[in-house]
Parts: sequence; C-alpha cells; structure tokens
Amino acid sequence: MNALIQAEALTINRPDSAITVLDRVDFRISPGEIVTVVGPNGSGKSSLVRALLGHMPLAGGRVARRAGLRIGYVPQKVHVDTAIPMNVRRFLSLPRRVSDAEAEAALARTGVPGLGRRPLTQLSGGQFQRVLLARALLADPHLLVLDEPTQGLDQPGIVAFYQLIEEVRRQTGAAVLMVSHDLLVVMRSSDRVICLNGHVCCEGTPEHVSNAPEYRALFGAEAQGMLALYRHHHDHDHDGTVSGHVHGPGCDHDHGHA
Amino acid sequence: MLDDFFTRAILAGLGLALVAGPLGCFVVWRRMAYFGDSTAHAAILGVALALAFDISIYAGTLAVAVVMAVTVAALVSRGQAMDTMLGVLSHSALAFGLVAISFVPGARSDLSGYLFGDILAVGRSDLVLIWGGAALVLAVLMIRWQRLLTSSLNEELAMAVGIDPRVERLVLSLALAVVVALAIRVVGSLLISAMLIVPAAAARGWAGSPERMAAGAASIAAASVGLGLWTSLRLDSPAGPTIVTVAAIFFVASQILRRH
Repeated sequence: MNALIQAEALTINRPDSAITVLDRVDFRISPGEIVTVVGPNGSGKSSLVRALLGHMPLAGGRVARRAGLRIGYVPQKVHVDTAIPMNVRRFLSLPRRVSDAEAEAALARTGVPGLGRRPLTQLSGGQFQRVLLARALLADPHLLVLDEPTQGLDQPGIVAFYQLIEEVRRQTGAAVLMVSHDLLVVMRSSDRVICLNGHVCCEGTPEHVSNAPEYRALFGAEAQGMLALYRHHHDHDHDGTVSGHVHGPGCDHDHGHA
Repeated sequence: MLDDFFTRAILAGLGLALVAGPLGCFVVWRRMAYFGDSTAHAAILGVALALAFDISIYAGTLAVAVVMAVTVAALVSRGQAMDTMLGVLSHSALAFGLVAISFVPGARSDLSGYLFGDILAVGRSDLVLIWGGAALVLAVLMIRWQRLLTSSLNEELAMAVGIDPRVERLVLSLALAVVVALAIRVVGSLLISAMLIVPAAAARGWAGSPERMAAGAASIAAASVGLGLWTSLRLDSPAGPTIVTVAAIFFVASQILRRH
C-alpha cells in the first residue's frame, strides 16, 4: 500500500446517537501530498480528521494507516490554561523530551527562533500556531495533520502560515492534511482539495474543485469571488519567492494579533 | 524521638505536605478544585462506615473516596455537567455520612476530630500509613509525570501521541482518593482540599515551569505544616485549621509578591 492513510466507506455518528456526521467517505493521502478538506461548519471536517487518526469510533467502514506511520497533529483551537506555568521550551518536550538543539532547530524552522523562554500564554495567535507546528515537527512526521491551523489569524498571518507549510513540505517531504476555512489560500497551496458536507461533494485539483457546481452551490457567491482572487493571486506569484516574506529577529509583526 | 506526640504530628504533616503539593498542582491545573472537595466530603461517609463495621478509618475513607473518584471520573467522561454532578454527589455523601455517623454509638463526640483532623493524636501506625501512601502516590506521579502533564495541558494533544486522557484522569482521581484518606487524621475531611489547593495556588505566582510549581507547592505546604503546628501549640488553637490558615497567609503573600 502506497498511501499513508486510506479510508473506505468511512461512516461516523455523533457520539451516543444515531445521527450521521459522515456518510461513506472514501479518503486517501499519499506521501508528500498536501490535501485540504474544506466545507461549511458542521460538515464533519474535524470528525473526519479524528477518525483518520483513530481518535473516534467508526460507525462503519475502515481506516488503514501505513505501519509505523508517524503523525504530527495540530488540533483545532488548542486552548492552554493559564493555570499551568509552561514556557515554549518545556512545551516542546511534552511528552517526549527533546534536546535544546532540537527544540531551537524546530522553532527556527517554523519561523519563531528564540521564543523558548516565553510562556505559552504570552504568545500571539500566529506565534502559537508556529510553536504547535514546531512541536508537531519534532516527531519527524511522515504526515502533518492540521485542523484549522489559521483560525484567529489575520490575512497576512494566514498567507504567511500557508507559505510556511509549503516550505516545510519541501524541506521534510512530509505529507500535509489540512482542514480549512480559508478558501483563497487553501486553493493556492494544496495539491488536492476535498469538499465535504457530510459526504464528499467533490474532490480534485484546486482548479477542478473551484469550478465544480457542487462546490459553488456550497460556498455560493463567495466562491466566485474567491476564484477570481485566486487567479489574480497566481498572476503575481513569483517562482522561488515562496518565503519572500522573512521575519528579522527584531521584526515580529504578527505579534499581538491574538 | 517518635515517642513525642509533637514530633509525630510534624512528621505526619510533612508526609502529607510532600504529596499534597504536587498533586494539588494537578488539581489547580485541571480546575478540579471542586472535585477534591467532593471526594473529601465523601470521606465522612467512609468514617461512618469504618466506625460501624469496626474497620480501619483509612480503609473506610479510602474505599468511599475511591468509589466517589471513579464515579465522578466516569460521569465526566460521559459529558455530564461537572459542577452539578459534583454538587449532588459531594453534599449527598456528606449528609449521608453525618446521618450514618449519628447511629454509631459514641462516634458523635469524635465527629469534629474527623471533620477537622486530630494531628496531635497521630500514632506510629498512622505515620507508617501516611508515609507509605505518600511515597506511593509520589512515585506514580513521577513515573507518569510527562503523560499526566501532557493530558492536563490539552487532551487532544495527548491523544495525538497515543495517551488516553481517560486513563490519566482516573490515575489522578485515584491518587486524590488515597491522599484524602491519608489526610483525614492530619487536617480532617473539610480541610483536605485546602491543603491541596492553597499551597499550589500560592506556588503558581512564582513558578516558571510545572516542575518548579510542584516543588514550590510541596515546600509551601511543608512550611505551613511546620509553622502551623508551632503556632497552634503557642496559641492553643486547633492544629488542622491553623496549618491551613498559615497556608492561606502564604497565598496572600504570594499574590502580593507575584512575578508571573
């Protein structure tokens, strides 16, 4: 089996009820691929991710994960309580202790070097997402799973975050499975998009999906506008400048947009 | 040396303080303060049962506290509203306990001893149990430290690395039950949760890491025991409440001198 994760006829019910959240969904992700799941609220995006990870009981179907698959997971809306005194460095050593060098390298890779001594609760939204990503990368994953990683970020923060994801994929070869609301940027950085609404509405390359009538029905006028923006954006994308937006050590302008 | 009641009291208090500090940190981190309270209130029912069936007070309280801890952990996993369930269980258990104890001949006069502890009456066998139990719970906390910490920080992050948060929750609940049973002699069932929460809350202000907070809480708890016992001897005030009073003063000081 070449796929990292493959699911067939995946069916999930809401806990303790017979209400179906996901109905016979087929899914696969191959090494090095960036797959994004889009869909309205309540369409079962997070449930799909949890079921693929084995965190959720299945009502039907099956999920096969490649033997020895290492997954780096960043859940949706990670809330860290102020009651626990925890700085970034200590957080990176949970649950597996890592060396200072490993920790610093992971932070540097995700664009937040030198943040080790900062308490988690004093990070901006963008910094926290990058720290979560750094922690996920410490497991040297074959697959990164990110559930709405850009929630609460402003537009430049979102764009920068997806650029980072592409960069990480290039450097590590890890596949990426993302759940997202940010249609525009998702379209830019994905190899394949799955449009979900209790079942798979449509699936394929970003171009294909954004032209699909099912997708347009689901996202309506917004999708039309997005598509225009998407194409416009591509006109201005210069080769080799994916990471054109570099943060200097003293210039952290995504601070404070928590 | 152990012949002296005061030495025994100090040793019993320190044994409890060493385990109550770190365990109390988890109570604070996971916002389980009310949970500790319920388990402690249920302990009175355990005392009543122990007196009625003529078994060890520790065994009686431990049994009831364990049942309580497991029940609450199960209800929370099922998604019941935590505070309501705890309120129901905690006060029902206390009421049952007080009613039950009134039927045990001669026990009524001892009641305040179980509610507020009687640290000055600690015997050698109590010391063995307190230190043995404290060592056991501390060992469990140390061995599972990384897992407990991860799952206290965020359950989804824990699940992502193969930690079952329900198991960690149960481990903490059982540890709590053991400590409640141990503490009934020292500070009594009404003040156990104070020994868990107050030193941990005081340590929070200074601590930059979970480990330092746990060590700080144990130190503050130990200092409260020492100073509290000494004060109670001087002022002839009840020992358990005096220990908690000192801990509360530490907490106030920590808030004034807060760094983090």
